Amino acid sequence: MKLRDIAHSRTGDKGDISNISVVAYDPKTYEALRTWITADRVKQHFSGIVHGAVVRYEIPSLSALNFVMQEALGGGVTRSLALDAHGKCLASALLDMEIPDGVVAR
Amino acid sequence: MKTIRIGSGAGYSGDRIEPAVELVEKGDIAYLCFECLAERTIAIGQQAKLVNPAAGYDALLEARMRAVLPQAKARGIKIITNMGAANPQAGAAKIAEVARDLGITGLKIAAVAGDDVLAALLARDVTITETGAPISTMKGAVVSANAYLGVAPIVEALAAGADVVITGRVADPALFLAPLIHEFGWALDDWDRLGKGTAVGHLLECAGQVTGGYFADPGVKDVADLARLGFPIADVAEDGSFVITKVAGSGGRVTPATCSEQILYEIHDPTTYLTPDVIADFSAITLVEDGFDRVRVAAATGRPRPDTLKVSVGYKDGFIGEGQMSYAGTGAVERGRLALRIVEERLKLTGVKTTELRFDLIGVDSIHGPVITERAAAPHEVRIRVTGRTDTLAEAVRIGNEVETLYTNGPAGGGGAWKVARPVVAMLSALLPRDAVVASVELIEV
Repeated sequence: MKLRDIAHSRTGDKGDISNISVVAYDPKTYEALRTWITADRVKQHFSGIVHGAVVRYEIPSLSALNFVMQEALGGGVTRSLALDAHGKCLASALLDMEIPDGVVAR
Repeated sequence: MKTIRIGSGAGYSGDRIEPAVELVEKGDIAYLCFECLAERTIAIGQQAKLVNPAAGYDALLEARMRAVLPQAKARGIKIITNMGAANPQAGAAKIAEVARDLGITGLKIAAVAGDDVLAALLARDVTITETGAPISTMKGAVVSANAYLGVAPIVEALAAGADVVITGRVADPALFLAPLIHEFGWALDDWDRLGKGTAVGHLLECAGQVTGGYFADPGVKDVADLARLGFPIADVAEDGSFVITKVAGSGGRVTPATCSEQILYEIHDPTTYLTPDVIADFSAITLVEDGFDRVRVAAATGRPRPDTLKVSVGYKDGFIGEGQMSYAGTGAVERGRLALRIVEERLKLTGVKTTELRFDLIGVDSIHGPVITERAAAPHEVRIRVTGRTDTLAEAVRIGNEVETLYTNGPAGGGGAWKVARPVVAMLSALLPRDAVVASVELIEV
């Protein structure tokens, strides 16, 4: 199973910081998301892209997590050499993260 | 209970115009707000103003006003926008000119100024937040410094009877919070209501991004009729609770899912969304479906505003040169990689001075980098992209030139070469005490 099977996501940018929301489609899977999608796993997933710290915030009323990733946008949106300077496409990469069997009860 | 309906007419400076017209004609709104300022818009506008003192406001200001002003005036809908960018006074004069041209009379237009704080920043030699260095170390590179103003001058303009309020840099949610304060008489230290009104602004400021725009993923999250996407309306009650909706029959969808993505858009710590007017807390916010294309939003809150104002500082940051070329068919990826190696070697051999270089294979690894894309299947076509940062325009031009010479000197079958070299205006930030920033309101009438 991939993260995109159970959650949706949007990326935002401020300077060199990218934030990615992960929202569970079904509130019942939020707890499983919280257990599996840790800041460390997200940092690992974006190795080579995100060079700074990753901090996770929890918003249980929305069944959502919010990842704030430092040094993620090539020095900042206004000076980055990247094709996607805003990092708009990062959410799609996170949604491709594999969720092992058993993490989410079927 | 009295409610106020606010429409969002644009989510960025280049946004579609007809959805704003639709809101005016069919939205039953009292206010139409246009949020059109990106991070570096003002810095670029400031440079335009140096060449022409009447320039520096949003390029689509005239087109937008021509489209909405007659019906807005006829229906008593007030307009609030930050399309003044680097020159709100000139923007107000342009709106007056459009009004006269359309035969509209009795229109009061307010220009909010005072966000330009470059002189104050230099006089105090403030510290740049990102670098920790005083601004004086940036010598002549700084081109603009604009403080994020809050609601106060907009509320003042509305109290003075303005039909149109045009500002430069203000906090995006303030465009939407100001009319709520004006209509409901909320106190400027009613932190709970200000937090709720900030949630209204945050959900509306990107327009179509809350009504199903930027949401569709075919087969997973489908959204109908994006070519006719309706822009959002907030129906706000005096207690700060509100419903997000849109014009019936317009494209898109409003659901808890579309709203939840937008609540967290560009938010860091959801308990601490810093604005000049309030520190808003969205961490316990709730979204409940309240009929078709209606979502009720509650439980945002707030606490006392920060003592300082954020300032965004624009500066000249050298130049960027870029070149691209396509390869297709069997072996496209290998030929593309060979092309990148050739350009890399050429830039060294010919002594092009760069401070940063980037080599991408568009279609393979340009967006997510080599690690995530490692196991992806080979595409039919790829496009190489070489980008570099330089200190001079002449050096930047040489990067694209080296890509272009692949035509006659590179791998077989390269096509569609394209190149560009441009100056870069980048942004940093600083903080100023509130008393160092003095906003002003100028009213003109046609």
